[in-house]
Amino acid sequence: MFFDWLQQLGHRGLDIFERIGRAHLLFFAILAGQPGLLSRPRLVIAQLYSVGVLSLLIIVMSGLFVGMVLALQGYNTLVKFGAEESLGTVVALSLVRELGPVVAALLFAGRAGSALTAEIGLMKTTEQLSAMEMMAVDPIRRILAPRFLAGFIAMPLLASIFSAVGVFGGYFVGVGQLGVDAGSYWSQMQANVDIYDDIVNGVIKSLVFGLVVTWIAIFEGHDCTPTSEGVSRATTRTVVHSSLAVLALDFILTALMFGD
Amino acid sequence: MTDTTPLIRIRDLHFRRGERVIFNGVDLDIFPGGITAIMGPSGTGKTTLLQLIGGQLKPTRGTVEVDGQPVHELRRSALYALRRKMGMLFQNGALLTDMNVFENIAYPIREHTELPESMIRTLVLMKLEAVGLRGARALMPNQLSCGMARRVALARGIALDPMIMMYDEPFTGQDPISMGVLVRLIRSLNEAMGLTSIIVSHDIAETCEIADMIYLLAEGRVVAKGSLPELQQHESAWARQFLNGEPDGPVPFHYPAADLAEDLLTMTGT
Amino acid sequence: MTTRAIEIWVGIFVVAGFVALFVLSMQVSNLSSYQGEKGFDITARFDDVSGLKVRSMVTMAGVRIGRVTAIEFDDQALQAVVTMKIDGQHRTLPRDSSANIYTAGLLGEKYIGLEAGGDEASLGPGDQIQLTQDALVLEKLLGQFISRMIDEPAK
Ligand SMILES: Nc1ncnc2c1ncn2[C@@H]1O[C@H](COP(=O)(O)OP(=O)(O)OP(=O)(O)O)[C@@H](O)[C@H]1O
Ligand SMILES: [Mg+2]
Repeated sequence: MFFDWLQQLGHRGLDIFERIGRAHLLFFAILAGQPGLLSRPRLVIAQLYSVGVLSLLIIVMSGLFVGMVLALQGYNTLVKFGAEESLGTVVALSLVRELGPVVAALLFAGRAGSALTAEIGLMKTTEQLSAMEMMAVDPIRRILAPRFLAGFIAMPLLASIFSAVGVFGGYFVGVGQLGVDAGSYWSQMQANVDIYDDIVNGVIKSLVFGLVVTWIAIFEGHDCTPTSEGVSRATTRTVVHSSLAVLALDFILTALMFGD
Repeated sequence: MTDTTPLIRIRDLHFRRGERVIFNGVDLDIFPGGITAIMGPSGTGKTTLLQLIGGQLKPTRGTVEVDGQPVHELRRSALYALRRKMGMLFQNGALLTDMNVFENIAYPIREHTELPESMIRTLVLMKLEAVGLRGARALMPNQLSCGMARRVALARGIALDPMIMMYDEPFTGQDPISMGVLVRLIRSLNEAMGLTSIIVSHDIAETCEIADMIYLLAEGRVVAKGSLPELQQHESAWARQFLNGEPDGPVPFHYPAADLAEDLLTMTGT
Repeated sequence: MTTRAIEIWVGIFVVAGFVALFVLSMQVSNLSSYQGEKGFDITARFDDVSGLKVRSMVTMAGVRIGRVTAIEFDDQALQAVVTMKIDGQHRTLPRDSSANIYTAGLLGEKYIGLEAGGDEASLGPGDQIQLTQDALVLEKLLGQFISRMIDEPAK
């Protein structure tokens, strides 16, 4: 009984390593497919549409609400210390350092990542990928590589839009509703948000998140069991794994960037 | 015909999926210009055999040579070059769902040639005409019936005028008229384009009508081969059972399993 | 959706992304006040700069006129040498101005406040401020306060 259990554990462990190995092999194959995209920008543009443009609405709406909530909550706390002019700083720093990259990446995983997995998984299930191989078209270069590049480009843009919209959302609530002085909202922000420490680091974060989420989404789709159940499981795994990966990586990156 | 060298040469092919042995020493020759039928009970690995020929799977042992090249040892670029000479009709069509019929057929042409748009249009319409679906060129794959999808896939398979054409179950889901059209189409394509065709099918009557050579697969081996008259004279019980569609005989209807009574008496497990 | 419409939308998306990044850089962060090249460096020596950081503000009369760009330790004098970059347009700061390290609020960030002197000559690139006052370190203050409390009753 115990040995059965041990053996199962061993098998599970090997399976996990096998998956990690396959994920990396796929990653390198996708990277090798990137130069070929230079001559076919159309492929990437089409993917930027489905990965980026279609995520725009949810990103703008969430950014707006998150900024507004930050202003409300921040104001209530700051006003107790008579520091409500710092509202701009609180809103902007929370957004560009953390919430912009992280929340945008979580939304991206749910909106674009799951769609990517489902699409690729379905293409595998209906043998479209096999058919391409038999037509001497490499699906990794033709299907996966442009999707990967599009995800990598779209994520920092989406995160920037999220943060910028959020800052204005905070402005509407903080200045418009709660009566914080508009001048100090912006000037405090400018005095305390650093272009390198905060903005650039935030963009680096979202580049990393974009890479990881897109990678996971593509791998899960490409690696799924080719049945409808397999696709639906893979889609769920994409959302769960990439969300966890984003949060864990955020911790590591934050410690590295702002740790000192 | 047998005096020429085979275009596809399979020797001592072994293949397994996990624990399950699919092929256990298959020898098979396909000669240029002919139509070869591969038949066998469902689940014996006919589709798998086509995938091995196309280089999508690698044999556990043995060799698969196409046009003198060992498919399973080729490097990527050589394999892709070889695949341009092969067309394959998938069992369920496998059309690209985000393009309409016209674009699906144009796809391999666009990928592999630099032809001008007008030429592509002519080519595609000719292929569509050949399968009788010129009027359906603007439909999306999800608007096609199963049989129509397979004909579109056939048009796509021959878009680049391949040397070898592999058909996986081309006749299932076709009405008697289009079935007859397809049978004639496969034969005339074979003659007109100098193709070598491999047909995987259960439709004995239609397949035997056009096949020069028939291989019967069962339990991981070739159990009988030859032309239709030869097979009908074949001493093998397999061949007779299969060709006549008798339920009883050496070909098991069941997937390998434990004894039924034993299975029913065991209370645990699935 | 036609190819053209897709391309237009993608164009809008990419431009919106870069506009957002531009807004974050110019409107939200300190990039607009960097204009670094035109500024000039001055230095000051302190015995204690606890809490002061690179990029801390340098102010005069409560207005930001520059930033700390480097904090080094002088092995000979056993002092901290603070280099600050003053924005280019402030060319008329008196040479005998003094530098103090202040705290914004009770526990807030440390910054350098310059206090104008009366000299005719003005600070230029590479000059050193002579008069400095160190950071107030809360622990030290508390320590002094407590030891005085202990000393006094003993008298
Ligand atoms: N991806 C796979 N993983 C594991 N086993 C598989 C896989 N695909 C097929 N098989 C097994 O391989 C065997 C052969 O499958 P294959 O699709 O080649 O059969 P077939 O002869 O084409 O059958 P049919 O006539 O029904 O199409 C089947 O028993 C099936 O259980
Ligand atoms: Mg099959």
